[in-house]
Amino acid sequence: MTPPAGTGPLAPGQPVAVDWALSPIAVADWLGAVSLVAGALLSLAAAIGVLRFPDTLSRMHAATKPQVLGVLLLLLGLSLRLRTLSDLGMIALVGIFQLATAPVAAQMVGRAAYRSGRVDRRLLDVDELAEP
Amino acid sequence: MTGPGQGLRARVRRWREQWIAVGGLVLIWLLLWGDISWGNLLGGLLAAAAVLVFFPLPAVTFDGRLRLRGLLMFAGRFVVELVWASLHVARIGMQPGYTPRSAIIAVRLLVPTDLNLTLTAEAVSLVPGTLIVDVDRNGGVLYVHVLDVRAPADIATARKEIRLLERRIIAAVGSAAELRQVRSVPVDKELP
Repeated sequence: MTPPAGTGPLAPGQPVAVDWALSPIAVADWLGAVSLVAGALLSLAAAIGVLRFPDTLSRMHAATKPQVLGVLLLLLGLSLRLRTLSDLGMIALVGIFQLATAPVAAQMVGRAAYRSGRVDRRLLDVDELAEP
Repeated sequence: MTGPGQGLRARVRRWREQWIAVGGLVLIWLLLWGDISWGNLLGGLLAAAAVLVFFPLPAVTFDGRLRLRGLLMFAGRFVVELVWASLHVARIGMQPGYTPRSAIIAVRLLVPTDLNLTLTAEAVSLVPGTLIVDVDRNGGVLYVHVLDVRAPADIATARKEIRLLERRIIAAVGSAAELRQVRSVPVDKELP
């Protein structure tokens, strides 16, 4: 009994057949994987920024920008891999609420920090909020 | 004094706004449940009615119109700046031994409507190295924290960026009068 074509031992000199044609699903899977890793790395960078920045206001920068983009990339990766309509709706909602609420939260924390005097003035070059 | 015709028009407008709010809330409800059925539609209508009755919000005065070109320009620029700002903050966050200096600047907006103030504040917080610390609603002034200031030129750049951002928002959703107003003033001009 002969094995089916392509599964038997290779004869010397016979080229290895590789399927280079990428299906759209494979492309979506790869792009999804790349987005997931990039999103995770940005979230990590945001966490390191929150730890390392010197004062509350600077930390809120780390907590808004790389973190929001990280979440958006994670959501993009998820939607590229899940590809069902009901999941896409939920993902779109998460993204919209993330974009709408992150600045509000950052502003609330920033204002509270400023008004309670938790601002390191040595790090500020200009402060036009303090001037009358 | 408002005449009867004006009162009617205002009421029609209020009704229209309420129905847009109901539509949006029902849509969110359906997306949350993940499928469209009569039960979910009914549940969404009940939830929307409850939200609008128990948590009434002040009417948003929106008399602009949506412009597709402006919206696309704003969205495209927004994505580019979000990516750039994220990488920038991530980089200075991880750079060893570097302490970023910052500044708090006051930026007066050209169009001090509630809607424009809110949209600009949201976008400024997400975009280029800037964060809202406080808002003067009556004066239409945003107090913005700028991260990573190395030279006085950086502060001027941040001020200009915020004005350009406001322009893009007005070009996307503002009224014709507002658009004329922002176009008549050069970007570099300091407002009193």
